[in-house]
Amino acid sequence: MLKDPADLKLCLVVDDSRVVRKVARRILEDLGFEVAEAGDGAEALAWVRSAMPELILLDWNMPVMNGLEFLQKLRQEPGGDAPKVVFCSVESDLDRIRQALDQGADEYIMKPFDGDIVASKLMLAGAL
Amino acid sequence: MIARLCAQRAGLKVDPEKTYLLENRLGPVARREGFASVHEFVSALSDRSQDRLIWAAVEAMSAAETAFFRDPLTFERIVNETLPNLAQRRRAGPLRIWAAASGTGQEAYSLAMALEESAPGGASLEIFGSDLCERRLEKAQAGVYSQFEVQRGLSARRLVRHFVGSEEDFALSPRVRQAVRWRRVNLLDDLSRLGQFDLIVYRHQTGHLLEDARHRVLANLQGALAPGGCLVLGETDVAPGLAAVPGRPGFYRHSSPVRAFG
Repeated sequence: MLKDPADLKLCLVVDDSRVVRKVARRILEDLGFEVAEAGDGAEALAWVRSAMPELILLDWNMPVMNGLEFLQKLRQEPGGDAPKVVFCSVESDLDRIRQALDQGADEYIMKPFDGDIVASKLMLAGAL
Repeated sequence: MIARLCAQRAGLKVDPEKTYLLENRLGPVARREGFASVHEFVSALSDRSQDRLIWAAVEAMSAAETAFFRDPLTFERIVNETLPNLAQRRRAGPLRIWAAASGTGQEAYSLAMALEESAPGGASLEIFGSDLCERRLEKAQAGVYSQFEVQRGLSARRLVRHFVGSEEDFALSPRVRQAVRWRRVNLLDDLSRLGQFDLIVYRHQTGHLLEDARHRVLANLQGALAPGGCLVLGETDVAPGLAAVPGRPGFYRHSSPVRAFG
């Protein structure tokens, strides 16, 4: 049964790749999220200042403002500690993953990903 | 023939109609053993002297689906309720835990990680992992997992805490890897040589067994439980006659000895 649009949780997908955003959108919509997109950290910051999402799927390496910088700024925004933030990056070095967690990320997905991995990680982050 | 061999050797239920399953599981074994096709490999199994090949086929056909921390609530209950209760009652010696049919090791290592986090330097524990399949055991013993495998059920915090990384593969820390001892076990065999266990975890497996084999395996596992011990199955596993723990789906108490079939 389709959810009432008013009950949908908002997820902001932040990635400079249109293809990744498209794949993530399809998976997240299947999991019951309403999805918004941003192409870099600065665009994402403007987005959260107008509507704070429940979940942010966040790339690391992006032009203008990278994911880590965005995360630091997000957590300083009013209400910015509320969204679950799941990094989604090609970075698979454990030190980088540790760094993301230390900066306030709730979970971490290494690309490439599929629907099962996203669902598993969102469950672990408490976003599902 | 494959269905018959699987039934005879390990009590496995194999649907001969599922030809894709035969291709998927036996294809890699056939190639490894130098056969041109699965058909050629299966033909070679009619020679009874090919015991090693027959076992390779049966092992490959046994269920392999697994993940770290599958059904997380079950792990929470084991770590926060079952093991503390068992530890309280235990008078001497370590608590003995067995992850039976543990496949490539995720189940046993999930227990090892959770227990290390909950009681570092606390209760003395022995964790034992087993599987029917030699090749899966080799992977379990190596404790090295792909990027795909460490993202199924394992949190990023546990990943950075318990693994050492590389670009594509992730190796368990020696501390966790050495906490588990491995052995090939056919659960239809006499298990008395393994001793008794306070906790046996055998999840999501009964559905892959023929009915007689399921009775026999469950009776064998009950027989391997120490008095007061606990058997943990999957919530949907079928286990008629076992003493279920109320309000804890999949958890069963040690009960009076049940005679194994056969």
